Amino acid sequence: MDIVVRNLSKRFGNFQAIDDVSFAIPGGQLVALLGPSGSGKSTILRAIAGLETPDSGTIELVGEEATNLPTQKRGIGFVFQHFALFRHMTVQQNVAFGLEIQKHPKAEVQERVQELLKLVQMTNFADRYPLQLSGGQRQRVALARALAPKPKVLLLDEPFGALDAKVRDELRVWLRRLHDESHVTSLFVTHDQQEAFEVCDQVVVLNHGKIEQIGPPQELYERPASPFVTEFLGQVNILRPETILGMQLDNERPLPVRLPGTPGGSIYVRPHDLVISREPNGLPGWPARIKRLTPLGWLARVELILPDSTPVHVQITQANSLELGLENGLDVYVRPRDLKVFEESSKAATAINYVI
Amino acid sequence: MKPSPALQNTMTWPQRFLIGAVLSWFGLLIFGPAVALARRAFAPGMGAFFEALTDPDAIQALLLTLKITVVVTISNTIFGIGMAVVLVRQRFWGRRIVDGLLDLPFAVSPVIAGLMLIILYGPKSEIGSRLESIGFPIVYHLPGMILAGMFVTLPLVVRSVAPILEEIGSDQEDVASTLGADWWTTFRRITLPTIRWGVAYGAALVVARSLGEFGALLVVSGNIIGRTQTATLYVHDQIESFDPHGAYVMSIVLATVSFCILVGLETVQNRVRQREYAAETNEDDQGAVRQMRRH
Repeated sequence: MDIVVRNLSKRFGNFQAIDDVSFAIPGGQLVALLGPSGSGKSTILRAIAGLETPDSGTIELVGEEATNLPTQKRGIGFVFQHFALFRHMTVQQNVAFGLEIQKHPKAEVQERVQELLKLVQMTNFADRYPLQLSGGQRQRVALARALAPKPKVLLLDEPFGALDAKVRDELRVWLRRLHDESHVTSLFVTHDQQEAFEVCDQVVVLNHGKIEQIGPPQELYERPASPFVTEFLGQVNILRPETILGMQLDNERPLPVRLPGTPGGSIYVRPHDLVISREPNGLPGWPARIKRLTPLGWLARVELILPDSTPVHVQITQANSLELGLENGLDVYVRPRDLKVFEESSKAATAINYVI
Repeated sequence: MKPSPALQNTMTWPQRFLIGAVLSWFGLLIFGPAVALARRAFAPGMGAFFEALTDPDAIQALLLTLKITVVVTISNTIFGIGMAVVLVRQRFWGRRIVDGLLDLPFAVSPVIAGLMLIILYGPKSEIGSRLESIGFPIVYHLPGMILAGMFVTLPLVVRSVAPILEEIGSDQEDVASTLGADWWTTFRRITLPTIRWGVAYGAALVVARSLGEFGALLVVSGNIIGRTQTATLYVHDQIESFDPHGAYVMSIVLATVSFCILVGLETVQNRVRQREYAAETNEDDQGAVRQMRRH
């Protein structure tokens, strides 16, 4: 375990930024701290870096107690959202900074700087100043600078947040490849679930300073532990128990779901877990009317209205939509393929999965 | 970018009027008086100019002004940087009060500033008399004049450095510490180079202001010719006398020095800017520049 955080808490005035957070990250992994803004993800990262002092809790880095260690002695690399390159230094000087601080011999510094510039494909820009670079180039330099002194762990705070979509996509792929080559244990803060899923081995989902769930991306998506995780990881329809009771049950098929016993419970269906057909097919479902059909390239988004006027979003392929001959105002049948029911017990929500 | 001739031809009448108004205003307020002073100073010829400049009292006054300016500039630059860093980066009780009171020297007349110093450090005050008895008089001597200079120029460096510190934030400093740099190294290699133009600009303003300070010095110095008479006090005395040529000469010297410092600073600053910023921005910008040149 390269990064171990135990019972970490931090309060800013009346705002509980981190609330008793514990997790451990195995060496060599790339892990995301994922959550909406204000969920405490950046504060956790800064606490691990020693840039923020936690109120309580301990931090361990590569087997060494680090809670009270000054930032300088933690052996970390840190990458900021807004790059934070030293403006008055060239690319080369930026990358060399950490090595010079550690008083490596000049020749060695030069060699390592060249090696890193090659790694981040910035060799041709060695003598440029940061303000002469594009956003993507700046972030690559920031990464090279953080990696130069061979840190024990790499911490990235929304590293692609300030870049435009295309550059962001390229850099994600590139970061993953870089990590596969360097294997430095990395913790990555993001509010973008797609980014977390694309880049990371494990994802820690945070909300209101607390951990909601930890796991590999696909597992989180398939087995979310709470309504928050379900809602945060992609679009979802939230249905009332009454809507489920209003299903058409042909051939005396039983209701496929045990409804939540408590009033707070709700049922979650992802837009791609709903199937549209022109005729009833014997499976439990609802008649529905198409309110709006929006083709989105190879996908189509269908907005449906159920008989009890519940709006439902469905995602199907554009090919499927054409095959069914869907159009606005058309009456169709829709049935859920997969449902998640959350029982609102006194403490935490428990999830039950139904695959129909 | 110089406007092309084509652009000038398309200027509308309101535009011409506004430009004309700005130029006349500038001429009336700045250029006119400056030319008038220069003409008077050089009217009796270069011989008389240098004679007036090498008058023993004039030299004494200039040297005194120089001494005050050097000490005030060095101490207020160091103190100003420290104060800006503390005010921007630290949170402590009373920070807002200090921040507000910092502008006091701008808000009150320098004469009042001088008066405050006399009340606190004058020969009749407790502190002043004690210091004088151990052979360290403040008011009517050099230390008092330096204090007065420091008082009136106190906000200049702080106010030119603090906004830059505010704007760049602490990310660069944080990165430096994650890379292992201690506090002093971070300050020397990251913070200081980043604020260097603010510091230089503030220091230049301090120089210009101390060269030209009059009110506070008049009160604190006692204006003793050959001993506590500074260049501006000398100008004042010469105007009062019936041969003001000495005042013209001294004035033109002071004004030229201040002006050259500010212009020189601007030039150097532009050079460095060009190196770090514009030279070859990213590819798209370069393309745009080339396009513009072709037109």
